Amino acid sequence: MAEITLDKVVKKYGAASVVHGIDLEIAHEEFVVLVGPSGCGKSTTLRMIAGLEDISGGIVRIGDRVVNDLPPRKRNISMVFQNYALYPHMNVRENLGFGLKIAGESPDNISKRVDEAAAVLGLTPLLDRTPAELSGGQRQRVAMGRAIVRRPEVFLFDEPLSNLDAKLRGQMRAEIKKLHQKVRTTVVYVTHDQVEAMTLADRIVVMRDGRIEQVGTPMEAFNHPRTTFVATFIGSPPMNLLPGVIAGGAVRLADGTTVPVPDRLKPHARDGRKVTLGIRPDDISPVGHGLSQDGPGAEVDLTVELAEPLGMESLIYTRLAGQEVLAKLYGPRIVQPGEQLTFRMALDRAHLFDAETGQSLRLD
Amino acid sequence: MPFWRRESATPFLLLTPALLTMAFVVIIPLVFSMYTSFTGYRLVKPDSLYDWVGFRNYARILSDWEFWVPFGRTVLFLTVVLNVEFLLGLGIALLINRITWGQRTLRTIMMFPMMFSPILVGFQFKFLFNDNIGIVNNALQSLGLSDGAIAWLVDAKLAFFSIAIAEIWMSTSVFAILLLAGLFAMPRDPLEAAKVDGCNAWQTFRHITLPFLMPFAYIAMAIRSLDVARAYDIVTVMTDGGPAGRTEILWTLIARVGYDNSRMGMANAMAYVSTILSILFTWYFYRKLVAARRYMGGAQ
Ligand SMILES: Nc1ncnc2c1ncn2[C@@H]1O[C@H](COP(=O)(O)OP(=O)(O)O)[C@@H](O)[C@H]1O
Ligand SMILES: [Mg+2]
Repeated sequence: MAEITLDKVVKKYGAASVVHGIDLEIAHEEFVVLVGPSGCGKSTTLRMIAGLEDISGGIVRIGDRVVNDLPPRKRNISMVFQNYALYPHMNVRENLGFGLKIAGESPDNISKRVDEAAAVLGLTPLLDRTPAELSGGQRQRVAMGRAIVRRPEVFLFDEPLSNLDAKLRGQMRAEIKKLHQKVRTTVVYVTHDQVEAMTLADRIVVMRDGRIEQVGTPMEAFNHPRTTFVATFIGSPPMNLLPGVIAGGAVRLADGTTVPVPDRLKPHARDGRKVTLGIRPDDISPVGHGLSQDGPGAEVDLTVELAEPLGMESLIYTRLAGQEVLAKLYGPRIVQPGEQLTFRMALDRAHLFDAETGQSLRLD
Repeated sequence: MPFWRRESATPFLLLTPALLTMAFVVIIPLVFSMYTSFTGYRLVKPDSLYDWVGFRNYARILSDWEFWVPFGRTVLFLTVVLNVEFLLGLGIALLINRITWGQRTLRTIMMFPMMFSPILVGFQFKFLFNDNIGIVNNALQSLGLSDGAIAWLVDAKLAFFSIAIAEIWMSTSVFAILLLAGLFAMPRDPLEAAKVDGCNAWQTFRHITLPFLMPFAYIAMAIRSLDVARAYDIVTVMTDGGPAGRTEILWTLIARVGYDNSRMGMANAMAYVSTILSILFTWYFYRKLVAARRYMGGAQ
């Protein structure tokens, strides 16, 4: 059993603190993705779990062992690095078998397990090449193969796909998902790409500036962001955020436009409170071209500034209360810049955040 | 228009000074010495320059223990010195790579021995190892480790050892510096991967760091093998190949034959044979280097 527990884990470099006391529980065989912008401390956190970085404070447990003072080799983990970190002087076969060799496995056993892993990852024809003779995607596979042959209890991935082109990234993403279904282990996966996080994770952990902003299933993070940060980070294109003030059961935006407060948020919307209205592009659409036509809504007339046709849908750039707002039009209709359209905001999925703290009002 | 005014002649005209210099400094001496190695040329008898003897000099050398013993001694000297310098240089580089404070200063200090003329290094060690007034014997006796005076530079084995010490003292930093450069260039990722893969510190060093450093070691060995194969000054100063030829190496032998015995034709023949030795060593290390560099292309 390999659940991982982080208990008030802190990382300091000299006086500078980069991870400020993280609490996280990862269940056995769970696929958890740490996601956040570059520099927020994801890698540092992962490397503390791996044992590649000293832990400045708090406790890290793997299974029922406190591993704070154990070197990586005693933690029964394997890790896939962003730059693959293959051993340049060994061929693929030796790269894959190296961990087993160090563990003192018999040559027969090593070659059997290397062949198995190579078959799973489609590396069999490449076994005799050196890393220098492989493409980026192939190196990536070798790095994954090296991690799986050892059959550790925990897999750690640090942005394993960020050096691949978009197409390959999509393929490898699917393979990682399949791999996890086949080789069930606990996985901690770091990425700055929210699409990867959404597609791979059982649970995602959104990080910002060395703190955890939200933990939850991808759907929870998408549908119920706790903060404006999560709201804009998860989902693409990002959620529109419009500052306003509560007045008479509605949000009054900067230009006087009013948007009714949805019933579920009414208890938190006392008059005069400064708030941020959050609404995803998918929920602002020209009337008759949206996802949902019923439920509470508000209609506004807006001018199209720019439209990006994507085939079955178009992304529309428009302006509301002096701010750029993204909207979506569902249907193969061409929209011209300058066109005046009536947009409907679907308010059952709108969010309200406190303007000062950025916290969702539903958390009051 | 005369040909030297033509545009197509310009590059050759511009190259002429360089070509002339090359000819006088390299090509003519080379051809001349090659020629003399096929003659019975003696410095004291200028006429003997035209005394063509074909391969007689070479035939004599190759069948003469007087030549093969110094030849073998040179190879042995080379092997011992290069290996010890490699190991010491590696140790020094690893230690210096560890420290975070005063590293630059240490790197500079480390290069001091290279700044001395080999002749001076020879004198310095000749005095250190002197059997009457040398500090080595003095120290050994004061510490009670030996009661008589050890004849460092007289006994064949000890003299060989003393010369090797001088050579090693002078040039270990070549290895240390190149290996340190290698350590600086070493990517951190594979080291971390190895730790995760289960390596302890020694295994990481043995399986990851060392293979990465070997190309740097081969460069150092190629440089140093050329250096040591033509070692002359230190040996001449410390023992002059003696006593009774017990520390004779190739170049002391060649100088003796050429200048003392004035048999320049023979000496040149020996020099050409020993050049082959240098070429072999360099070729060997270069091959190793090329092989190592092929995979280092993927060090990302
Ligand atoms: N060795 C180090 N010394 C000082 N600061 C560091 C060091 N490594 C990382 N940091 C800082 O820690 C923060 C988090 O880094 P990291 O965990 O790599 O972020 P990311 O989320 O992009 O993986 C960054 O601000 C980075 O500058
Ligand atoms: Mg990172």
